[in-house]
Amino acid sequence: MTTEAGSETEVKEKAEESAAQTDHSEKATGETQEVANAEGDEKEKEKEKEKEGKEGKGISRYLPTWLKKQKSQSQTSPTKEVPATDEVVSKVAQEAEGPAPEVNGHAEEVEEKEAVKSEQVKEKEAESDSNTSADTEPAKEEKVEESAGKGPEETKVATEGEGAEEPKKEQEEAVQGEEGGGGEEGQTSIFQSPLRLVRKTKMKLVVCRVALLDGTDFTCEVEKRAKGQYLFFKVCEHLNLMEKDYFGLIYTDSHEQKCWLDPTKEIKRQIRSNNWQFAFNVKFYPPDPSLLTEDITRYLLCLQLREDVASGRLPCSFVTHALLGSYTLQAEFGDFEPDQPRPLDYISQRTFAPNQNKEMEEKILELHKSHRGMTPAQADTQFLENAKKLSMYGVDLHHAKDSEGVDIMLGVCANGLLVYKDRLRINRFAWPKILKISYKRNNFYIKIRPGETEQFESTVGFKLQNHRSAKRLWKVCVENHSFFRLNAPEPPTKARFLTLGSKFRYSGRTQAQTRMASSLIDRPAPSFERTSSKRISRSLDGAPMISVTEASTAENGREPHLELHSDSKVKEVDLSPGDAEATPTQSLGASGLAPSQDHDKTQDEVLKHQASISQLKRSFMEAPPPSPPQPNQWEKRLTSSPAPTIRIQQQQVESVPQTEAAAADNAISDTKEPAKTTEVEIEETIVVQEVSKAPKPGLVTVTVSSPAGPTEQETREQTVKVEEEVAAAEEPKAVKQESISSESESEEEAEYHPNVSVSISHTQIPEEKEEEEAQEKIEEEKMAEQDLSAQYAPSLPAEVSQPAEAPSREGEESRKEDAEAEEKNAEEKEGERETEESTDDPMMTPDEAPNGLTLPEESVTGMVAPAEEEDEPKINGEASLAEAEARPQVICCSEPPVVKTEMVTISDTFAAQKTEIATKEVPIVHTETKTITYEAAQLDGNGDGEPGVLMTAQTITSESLCTTTTTHITKTLKGGLSETRIEKRIVITGDCDIDHDQALAQAIKEAKEQHPDMSVTRVVVHKETELAEEED
Amino acid sequence: MANMCPYGSFTHAVVRGIPETFGKTAGDGRENGETSVDQAKAQRQFGCLTGALRQKVGLQLIEIPPDPELPESWRIDDVAVIQGHTALITRPFKQQRRSEADAVRRVMSELNLTVVEMGAEEGDTGGATLEGSDVLFTGREFFVGISSHTNRRGAEVLADTFRDFAVSTVPVCGGARLKNICSMGGPDTIIISSSDGAKKTLRMMEQLTDHHYEVLTVPEESAANCVYIKASSNRDFLLHRPAEECPDSVSAFQKLQNYTLLPTACSEASKLGASLSSLCLLINRKHTYF
Repeated sequence: MTTEAGSETEVKEKAEESAAQTDHSEKATGETQEVANAEGDEKEKEKEKEKEGKEGKGISRYLPTWLKKQKSQSQTSPTKEVPATDEVVSKVAQEAEGPAPEVNGHAEEVEEKEAVKSEQVKEKEAESDSNTSADTEPAKEEKVEESAGKGPEETKVATEGEGAEEPKKEQEEAVQGEEGGGGEEGQTSIFQSPLRLVRKTKMKLVVCRVALLDGTDFTCEVEKRAKGQYLFFKVCEHLNLMEKDYFGLIYTDSHEQKCWLDPTKEIKRQIRSNNWQFAFNVKFYPPDPSLLTEDITRYLLCLQLREDVASGRLPCSFVTHALLGSYTLQAEFGDFEPDQPRPLDYISQRTFAPNQNKEMEEKILELHKSHRGMTPAQADTQFLENAKKLSMYGVDLHHAKDSEGVDIMLGVCANGLLVYKDRLRINRFAWPKILKISYKRNNFYIKIRPGETEQFESTVGFKLQNHRSAKRLWKVCVENHSFFRLNAPEPPTKARFLTLGSKFRYSGRTQAQTRMASSLIDRPAPSFERTSSKRISRSLDGAPMISVTEASTAENGREPHLELHSDSKVKEVDLSPGDAEATPTQSLGASGLAPSQDHDKTQDEVLKHQASISQLKRSFMEAPPPSPPQPNQWEKRLTSSPAPTIRIQQQQVESVPQTEAAAADNAISDTKEPAKTTEVEIEETIVVQEVSKAPKPGLVTVTVSSPAGPTEQETREQTVKVEEEVAAAEEPKAVKQESISSESESEEEAEYHPNVSVSISHTQIPEEKEEEEAQEKIEEEKMAEQDLSAQYAPSLPAEVSQPAEAPSREGEESRKEDAEAEEKNAEEKEGERETEESTDDPMMTPDEAPNGLTLPEESVTGMVAPAEEEDEPKINGEASLAEAEARPQVICCSEPPVVKTEMVTISDTFAAQKTEIATKEVPIVHTETKTITYEAAQLDGNGDGEPGVLMTAQTITSESLCTTTTTHITKTLKGGLSETRIEKRIVITGDCDIDHDQALAQAIKEAKEQHPDMSVTRVVVHKETELAEEED
Repeated sequence: MANMCPYGSFTHAVVRGIPETFGKTAGDGRENGETSVDQAKAQRQFGCLTGALRQKVGLQLIEIPPDPELPESWRIDDVAVIQGHTALITRPFKQQRRSEADAVRRVMSELNLTVVEMGAEEGDTGGATLEGSDVLFTGREFFVGISSHTNRRGAEVLADTFRDFAVSTVPVCGGARLKNICSMGGPDTIIISSSDGAKKTLRMMEQLTDHHYEVLTVPEESAANCVYIKASSNRDFLLHRPAEECPDSVSAFQKLQNYTLLPTACSEASKLGASLSSLCLLINRKHTYF
């Protein structure tokens, strides 16, 4: 068994690591019978021993192995919520919980066991994903060491650090890292929140350090495989920030470039280093900060801008520097106090401008005096009102060269793309003028809409330093365009397996959405401490200030300078006893800056709200732990936004025929596009009725397929979450995910078609795909993808395009082939419920020819305007298929367990005009309902208006395994003609993996067989899916 | 930007009288052979202009006495660009004109403006030339016409001086100056001539700006240069060329609502390539910040 892992170079390290995990893996093995069996009894026993050692249950030693197995299973069961993954998952929590607080003791324990474990460990490795364990190891080490070195600044870190120190002496560093990790895991496992957020629960936690705008660091632990948004939410929660869409996290990549952390992707895969350091920054500068809802948001924006200004990133004139500085003083210290001794001192300790001088400081003071009476919030507002007018406000600059090799700067902002040479603006491309943004290698291109006088589109190219820069710029452009220009984010393109190119899209809320969301904020203004002393102590490197340590910021009492200036101290106490905390310590040292009365007042008020706020905060932020799969209250309100939380999409496996999917490799996303040419006609006539309860109901775009081009109902990634019981089986899955998630990283080029209207962009997406050249930069990934595609080929159909974009792309896991087989056994976390009315996608049916069922073309060709639908009886009397009824509601059999449903009917004929339907509704729901109506063109004119005479009516109900068929037959006599309408309502209930297409086809076939003399005039598919809740 | 006063609010105007050497080119002192100018008429027109500024608009007028040694010193607009409390002393294209700045610099200092120099002849700003008649300040941003007299380096210095504002460079065709073909007719109004070159420049300006400006097109190029002032009485004044000089364009000015139009002759200076705005520097000393 030792040889198994022998090939690994870092065997030892891994061994140690896995040793720590041994019992996890063991438990895992317990679960997975296969593995367990494979292992020899001896091994198992050994493992058991270990476990016993750790758990301190000596008795188990004497238990038969099978009993132990059971035991381990039962132990793991509580953690089972976490889907098993390729890495050994669930067990750590248990173990860690106990020893967590006492890191040292834990460490020793580990040491003892080490010898025993090391053997087994190697074996475990085979089971577990070697990458993760190996990769992440160093990260932890670093963290631990770091924290250890820094000492007990923060309690969390402190404990970790201490834990690490001890073992260091005794053990190898690797083990220390483990220890630290173990301790953390234990802590977090109690909260469980991290586990929920990330589907794949890794017990390995890492410490993230996030530099906040006020200069403090926020430390938190996240699972190693956590996605970016998890950390981001943690930070926002810490800040009590609700209008968070303007912000983001920045990390420094291995090339010293600052990059935005993609919330939808695993952190680990983005940072690609073990530097888990981030900075919380403003990502989108609101053009009009006065439209922000909360003061705290403005405050954070102010902090960012102060830093921008002080660092010179946001250039401004002398006067503006002075003015902004004066508002800063007013906001932080309140009214100018003439009694303050040497006021210039404390000003000069602060950085207001890169080239600050005495003259400026005097000006600042002078202006500060004039702000008397202004509350901090007012001062912030004034600050922003001035800052927003600066020409470089919100402009994100990127170095580039123009086509002639001249150095320029490209600035991305709310309005578009700006081109600067030195400080001069030499060109500008407003978003509406840009048709396409793309990059290829280190080239960045924008395609420009032809001007009034021009005939052709032109493409402007810029050269960036390298392809990473080009991609970064491209991403920023995509995001800024989406945020400021779109009503709703553009759906990400579908995961494509063999086509490459970034499918990156902005995934958050757009400004429009976030504004709407913030308008719903009704919590009392949260209290926050307005002080930047912490930041100053850190950021004023060169400033000749009193040496203020970070630690000192926390407590005035510790400030050594306080003693020196006892006067000021006293003064301060007199004036504002309660404000001590709010007053920056460093300013204290210089002179008592008494917070103004106003300041105090506001503080008091704020305090009053404290209780209710904390309550609210609890309910908003904590109730559903950090970011549970279930949208918390706050999220629910924001119906229109793509929920940042991970939600599993309903799976619409049914709608895509497998054959089609396979055929339409390159255009996976247009599932609705039948591959056959003959059916084109039929397609045109299809009436699509969509009831969408997508989480992002704000904009539901329904595209109807037209003969000219493939229709795309973009592109929600369908995710099927299948819980796997067998660990081994999970591995492939994991691999797939990885390759998918990393796909965008690997490509060297990508395109983006900015369009205001979502619907338009939909139509363009296909083009984009076609245009994109597949370029593989990373060979491995390519391989992985190929594997994937191979594996998934059959499952491709599973990816059904949806009108609404997935709330989050979390669901990137694509379903496995075998999902179907497993599904029944699998624990259904998704709680997905799909009800299908009469059948699924009628559009598919033509393709579905497999069943020999093809709808008569004539019946299909006539288009019924959506509005008319209800009124027109479309039945010729010959309809053989289920339904003559034009009323969709009749057809809807399933009662949505959920909420409001908006019915949108789009007919192809009108596709041109109505490609986009915006539902104003904000769905709070987890359910998705989709109705597709397929209608025959031929309508009997006389059918309308004339009610006719009802001759007979009967209802027959039959049930089969997963379908309930209700047949409603009515015979009417109209104008001498007898008309028979048969309406069949078929409810297909079942798991996601039911082949709905099959069922639909079957139903149609049956109907046809039963009534050979009739024709199918209308098929309405009403699909209702309960969005799977993440985990239990 | 720190200035919250509405665009066009001015309290002072600085002018420089017409010297007897009017019409001669700076430096060589030779008579300009191609155009014959009437110095007396020019002085009369100058008087009309200053009178309008002082009496009609109500500005405080500071007149720098003419210097015969500096035949073009009356084009005072060229030697300084003023925005808010900052005056950038420019470096005109012609070496001989650079001493015109001395007197202007003194006045700026007396008015407590922050005077910014373009820097030494050598070094960073070496070779930079900038003339105020190529600089259009719209209240929101600067447009600098890259012309025969103003180069990119000069524009960079300007951008560096007025950092609050976007500074965009636009081409000026046909040897003209930016403010010969366009000027501001209000806070959001650009008056521009309908010539092809002007249209080209305007297109570029529209391309480069984040803001939307109303455009008032006038058929005659000389009519495109106006002086807009928002007086303390909050009335809008527009100094423009009279009907005698621009018969086709006057009707366009009538479109400006609630403006007090002040037809001001400028035919002589115009012959030398100058215009109304060339003759005065406008300053707002009631500069408030909030």
